[in-house]
Amino acid sequence: MQLVPINGSAEISMSLSQNAYRDMSLSMKAGLGVFGFGLLMLFVSLTGASNDSPALFFFLSFGLSVIGGLIYIVPQIKKYRAGIRNNHIFFSSVMSRGASAWIIGILFTGFYIVLYWFPELISNWIRLVDPLSLILRGKSADQWFLYGTFYTLAVLVMGTRMIVKYRHSRYQILRTSSVMFFQLGFAFIIPSLLEMLNQPGFYFTYFWPLRPYSLWPSDFQNLLAHPGGLGIFMIFWGIIMTFVATPVLTYFFGKRWYCSWVCGCGGLAETLGDPFRQLSDKSLKAWKIERILIHSVLVFVTVTTSLLWLNSYFGGTILGNLSGNFASWYGFLIGSVFSGVIGTGFYPIMGSRVWCRFGCPMAAILGIIQKYFSRFRITTNGGQCISCGNCSTYCEMGIDVRAYAQRGENIVRASCVGCGVCSAVCPRGVLNLENGPSEKRYHLP
Amino acid sequence: MSHLVIIGNGIAGITTARNVRKRSDRKITIISGETGHFFSRTALMYIYMGHMTYEHTKPYEDWFWEKNNLTLIKGFVQSINTDEQIVRLNDGQLIHYDMLVIASGSKSNKFGWPGQDLEGVQGLYSKPDLDLMERNTKNIRRAVIVGGGLIGIEMAEMLNSRKIPVTFLVRETFYWDNILPKEEAQLIGNHIIEHGIDLRLSTELKEIVPDFNGRVSSVITSQGEEISCQFVGLTAGVSPNIDVVKNSKIEANRGVLVNEFLETNITNVYAAGDCVEFRTPKPRHPKIEQLWYTGRMHGEALAKTICGERTAYERGIWFNSAKFFDIEYQTYGYVSNVPLEGEQSFYWQHPNGKHAIRIVYSANDYSVIGFNLFGIRFRQKVCEHWIREKSSIEYVLENLGEANFDPEFFIQFEKSIVGLFNEQNPQKPIALKKRRGLASVAV
Repeated sequence: MQLVPINGSAEISMSLSQNAYRDMSLSMKAGLGVFGFGLLMLFVSLTGASNDSPALFFFLSFGLSVIGGLIYIVPQIKKYRAGIRNNHIFFSSVMSRGASAWIIGILFTGFYIVLYWFPELISNWIRLVDPLSLILRGKSADQWFLYGTFYTLAVLVMGTRMIVKYRHSRYQILRTSSVMFFQLGFAFIIPSLLEMLNQPGFYFTYFWPLRPYSLWPSDFQNLLAHPGGLGIFMIFWGIIMTFVATPVLTYFFGKRWYCSWVCGCGGLAETLGDPFRQLSDKSLKAWKIERILIHSVLVFVTVTTSLLWLNSYFGGTILGNLSGNFASWYGFLIGSVFSGVIGTGFYPIMGSRVWCRFGCPMAAILGIIQKYFSRFRITTNGGQCISCGNCSTYCEMGIDVRAYAQRGENIVRASCVGCGVCSAVCPRGVLNLENGPSEKRYHLP
Repeated sequence: MSHLVIIGNGIAGITTARNVRKRSDRKITIISGETGHFFSRTALMYIYMGHMTYEHTKPYEDWFWEKNNLTLIKGFVQSINTDEQIVRLNDGQLIHYDMLVIASGSKSNKFGWPGQDLEGVQGLYSKPDLDLMERNTKNIRRAVIVGGGLIGIEMAEMLNSRKIPVTFLVRETFYWDNILPKEEAQLIGNHIIEHGIDLRLSTELKEIVPDFNGRVSSVITSQGEEISCQFVGLTAGVSPNIDVVKNSKIEANRGVLVNEFLETNITNVYAAGDCVEFRTPKPRHPKIEQLWYTGRMHGEALAKTICGERTAYERGIWFNSAKFFDIEYQTYGYVSNVPLEGEQSFYWQHPNGKHAIRIVYSANDYSVIGFNLFGIRFRQKVCEHWIREKSSIEYVLENLGEANFDPEFFIQFEKSIVGLFNEQNPQKPIALKKRRGLASVAV
């Protein structure tokens, strides 16, 4: 992957006058201190020191990290005036692919590898969330509950940061609140409660093909085997969401109704990933790779699903192990490696939407609908563009927004998740996300 | 094959080159001493503030030029021989042209202030200026900016992002009040102060005082006050850069003189962008236009002329935009700073001082003439349509939602705006008819 060269940023940061960073308020420093202590306790817990009193250590690690993060974030409302504050992003090592970005990237990636394939290494962390798991699920935790806890807390804390940062934009406040709500409610609490009530584990906000199992025969069998009507409702829900709700909602609102308002992957990208959105590759070459990759994954998941149904129809007699192999390779390559290890682990290197842009088959379908059958577009306001490049720089999907805006052309791109940040950072008010009659949507001048 | 040579790789020169390339496959060479590639001059401030890197400000990837067969030469033009149709670069290279476009841009104004050439004193127009500013503002304790225009406030915002205290000397009674009506000028002035800038209105620069090393150490204002500083930004406007045509037969006054076709006095020599001075501008059009938008429109018109379709430059309904710290500004049509005879104006401002709108209209037939917008985005197409069609102020206010271009869920001010108008003009109250959104847009 060709990365955007960042010329001389190190040199500039060296030359930055020292007073630029001396302005952290006392509460921000205190917040960072508490956060650091929480992280320390998290690593202490890894040794098993916490196993006698997991609730206490849960508070000392998870609790204090969250509290410290909020103490760091919330007072910035007073410190910085509302408005676009992207100052120093490209002088920052973390946010412009400096050494700290690589360290964080390696840590993130390592965490995913351990989580997926070596969970025994973090068994003491899993014990840490036992008390919470007992409350929510009525049973002790596993690695996926630990992951869900991390994930949800990251979305909530970094979502708060996003809201603070964009508090002058009601679009951003509502959108961020929405992904926080869906993550906490529909991807964390409800699935946990379902387990507590001995109902099948189910995510109401993930559908085929993002969660391919939703339409796989094995899931249908499991759900049908469950006593009570809920299993049937869940099958029904999965089918309706994929085949009815997705096309209808995308026709009216574009793919954003899902990707940047509901989806958990999108939710993490829009919150934890926001500091890294400017790292997406805007080159034409990246766009070509994107189109090949994302549609290949869509083909892969469609073929896998079809094979599974064929196999199930013929009772496994004709295709043998073929469909099973497809399913397990899909789970490994796409479900684990692509969406987890690369998708999130590479945030600090390739930006926040690597998975959504290059891999997600759901995004591929939504994108096709958005491109050809939708009322959504980003309107360009006449000839007002000054080609400054803020829109393209801060597009997490790597769309060269400016290329359209400077021609006075509307932006209708399959990949656009409608996060609205291009419109927010534009210093001339040129861009606006709008739904409207689909004829003349492209508005070529 | 005919050879088109363009001096300058800014928006005017590049727009000319791109549009000529769309229409013909002739040889095109672009000469610039500033940067190797085209970048967005308006984005310089964001590089300094760390929002973007220089690479991000390039509107086209580097492969674009070769792919479109546009030859880029990095170098300064020393002289132009119009008799032999030859451009000479300062490294001695000679380039023959069949057609020549001068798009050499502007230079920062210096008005002969004592000390204006000291170390630490500079304007901000070019990429080298930005690099110089990076070096000049290292470890300084205070900066003084002289001249209250758009570059001045950008520089204030830039320095502010580095926590460098700024004193901003503005000659006018209110910020930019030679362009903005008093209310708007005050609104922006208050916003500047809110951001912690030491704004000095009705204050001019008298002298810049050096230290022992020949570096700026303070300025003395027209009030006689001495302000200690280590950096002075001179932002009292820009003037056409006509150095390249000096000692040539191409006529220049303040800028390179052209007619409405952007033709100079020499056949096959044209000029576009900031460096141009129109011999006979239309009424209410300035002789010199130094905007990104006009540079682009010059280039679009000139490309047609060069390709044989002689086209007069026509800038259409006037528009401009800017951002003053956090407050976006758009203007459509004509809004003069002092009311003109036969014009009336309606002004609404939000109590928080962050949003305002002014609509200027004819006192005779009530047709709208211009809009000023602060912290509110309007659709250019709709405003242009209203102005061109001479829609009445009542019609415009009734249909204000049609123009609203603010993002979804943003608070709308139409009710409050129309309410104020009805309060001021109670004889025939008007009612809002159109909601915001694409469904309302008729044009």
